[in-house]
Amino acid sequence: MVAQGQRDVSGERRIWDGSASRVRIARLMLGLLMSALAAVGVLAIAERAAASEGEQTIFGVISFTSEESNERVPIEGVEITVEGVGSVTTDGDGAFSIPVEPGEYTVSIDPATLPPGTSLRDLDRVELSALVEPGRDQRVLFAVVAGEEGFTDTSGGISLRRVAQLVANGLKDGLYLAMAAIGLSLIFGTTGLTNFAHAEMVTWGMLSTYFFNFYGLAGVIGFLAPLPGPFGDGVPVVFAVVFGAISGGVLGWLINRVLFKGARRAGVALLSQMLMTIGLSILMRYLMLYFFRGGPRQYLEYTAQRAVSIGPIQLTPKDMIAMALSVVILTGVGLYLQRTKMGKAMRAVSDNRELAESTGIDVERVISNVWVAGAALAATAGAFYGLTTVRWDFGFRILLLMFAAVVLGGLGTAYGAFMGALLVGLSISLSTLFIDAELKNMVALLVLVVVLLFRPQGLFGRPERIG
Amino acid sequence: MDWGFIFERVMTAAIGPEVIVFALAAIGLNVQFGYAGLLNFGQVGFMAAGAYGVGMAVYWLNISFWWGIGLGLVYATVLAMLLGVPTLRLRADYLAIVTIASSETIRLFVRWRGNSGRTGASEGIGEFARPFYDLNPFDNAARYQFGPFNFLGRDLWVVLVGWILVAIALLLVWQWMRSPWGRALKAIREDEDAARALGKNSYVYKLQALLIGGLIASVAGMLQVIQKAAVQPDTFNPVITFMIWTILILGGPGRVWSPVVGSMIYWSLIVFLENVLRQLPPGTRSTLESTIKLSDFNISQFRFILVGLGLILLARYRPQGIFGSREEMALDDR
Repeated sequence: MVAQGQRDVSGERRIWDGSASRVRIARLMLGLLMSALAAVGVLAIAERAAASEGEQTIFGVISFTSEESNERVPIEGVEITVEGVGSVTTDGDGAFSIPVEPGEYTVSIDPATLPPGTSLRDLDRVELSALVEPGRDQRVLFAVVAGEEGFTDTSGGISLRRVAQLVANGLKDGLYLAMAAIGLSLIFGTTGLTNFAHAEMVTWGMLSTYFFNFYGLAGVIGFLAPLPGPFGDGVPVVFAVVFGAISGGVLGWLINRVLFKGARRAGVALLSQMLMTIGLSILMRYLMLYFFRGGPRQYLEYTAQRAVSIGPIQLTPKDMIAMALSVVILTGVGLYLQRTKMGKAMRAVSDNRELAESTGIDVERVISNVWVAGAALAATAGAFYGLTTVRWDFGFRILLLMFAAVVLGGLGTAYGAFMGALLVGLSISLSTLFIDAELKNMVALLVLVVVLLFRPQGLFGRPERIG
Repeated sequence: MDWGFIFERVMTAAIGPEVIVFALAAIGLNVQFGYAGLLNFGQVGFMAAGAYGVGMAVYWLNISFWWGIGLGLVYATVLAMLLGVPTLRLRADYLAIVTIASSETIRLFVRWRGNSGRTGASEGIGEFARPFYDLNPFDNAARYQFGPFNFLGRDLWVVLVGWILVAIALLLVWQWMRSPWGRALKAIREDEDAARALGKNSYVYKLQALLIGGLIASVAGMLQVIQKAAVQPDTFNPVITFMIWTILILGGPGRVWSPVVGSMIYWSLIVFLENVLRQLPPGTRSTLESTIKLSDFNISQFRFILVGLGLILLARYRPQGIFGSREEMALDDR
């Protein structure tokens, strides 16, 4: 009913505001062009080789002996992961190398990425430990043979130690996921829009942190590159994360300003707006692929860290710090929503837009702030996720988890999104006790379907009309 | 630049297998979105259902390829129920969320290594479509040229069967939508509460629309893998769904013909653009290489960038597409 009313009002406006619509189209095109140019500016500066800091590497070659020609055949595209450091894929010669600091590491190979017709010789040797001494690169050997050996479940038994570790991992993922999901929930609450492009905000934060880390504040804009310090040169990850978060906020503001504010004013149906977010998601994702390319990468620092044992749990210091920061940030968001005037306005608009508007709240301003805050939070989450690996499609990979979290908590509620994210993070992590780790994200889909069947309003949402 | 060559390419593409596959999938989406207003963001999942139906019948069950068509339809039915039953009683965006999430999950599940005996995991399935090509009245390996169209014999057979399927699908949709059932469907799209007040069980109608659209898409998936002669999990990338959406909205949702027209326009544009980009004079090419980093690798990414941009602009300024009517598409789900 209300939407109908809005459409009528805007229809009227269009009659005596006709000339402005062309201006608006022009402005939109200009905005899109500007954003595209900005993206080019940020991303297009040439590949600068990662400056190695006198580190050692873990390296090796993945190949197998062909049965026909009896020659060694290198295998490209196999994913090798050093726990707590990151993962790489082998190049055309089957070679890989991962820079690490001296220490002891667990190196694993992803058998799913082996080409058909080959398999690991020893199925228990999916994970190897490697001791890297100062001044000496360490080679690791994964024996790959021709022929299908099948696979074995690598999940092992259920031990207290393992459960504790999985809980810690799940908590970590849940905290990051909460930061990513709160914006999604709040944007839905305030505008009724399901923003399918929110996952790309996460990727944006991750990639812009990477670029700030490598090329610095202004170094990304080419001609400023010779400048020293935070301008021309890369900045440490710690600052890059901050810049990444800010750039996320800026992007959120821009998207709302250029695309959705006008659409709301023109009375574009929510359904069409949802399609716009889909278009935006694809546009951003493939622009990022276009400029960033496919392979996984890493930040300059903290790529190599030894995990520290706390009781039965092993965590790298960078993860612990990021987790602590997430807790601080999420508490801050909670206090902001609870105590400040703007925070209260956000919750009010989320609860009932018309009522909030009638009490004199500037709804458009609230929405703009929600976009900025939501996008900045998502970008921060992306920057933290990026501490392990930076990927062009990372956001899309966790889109399902974000939606599961938000729906579980109740669409439109900030606290619900937080609780939902923690529960989803934990349940996915713990599910690997029983199912193959490759399938763990399917648990999120299960959560989603079960919640919709039995409690569609989520844990914290208010029930609405159900047909 | 060889304009004659580009013209031939574009004309051939405009009636080629890809146009048919996407037109069929878009006809399915048209039933779901254009007539019933359902936001199915996982159409590629239904295509995968059909494709893996024919593939797995041969590879896993060792039964005839023709039984596989039935298996594909069964898969699509199961998928429609799984997606529709929990969500169609709820607000429209829940279906959107579940479908977008499930289509990627399906892809990850079929390429899971534990499924290698059933779906061929990441390797996929080959060598299953022979019975189809055995029926080919043309010579599989010969080239056929008529006017600006140039097809390999096997593709010509796919194209012939494909256009017959498209014609059948269009005829069915046309008949259904002018029946009382179709009118009730449109009424639900326009105002669900009113339709319910008149005693129509909107839940069942929406579920039927989801199922019919899904079945048509599964046929599109079968045709696609038959043409490629391989079932590959990565063919069913979620972005395919949004190419179908772009095609549907380009043509105009809620019109019988529009998916076909949309598909032809879309693929002509893509093929034209990619061929022009690949044949640019060396000077222009190197300028583009140094400024926007154009390379042989990322030319094919242009189509997705364009899909994104096209969807934004279409949804914002012309949600009714070329042939649709604005009044019919002024949907709102709040």
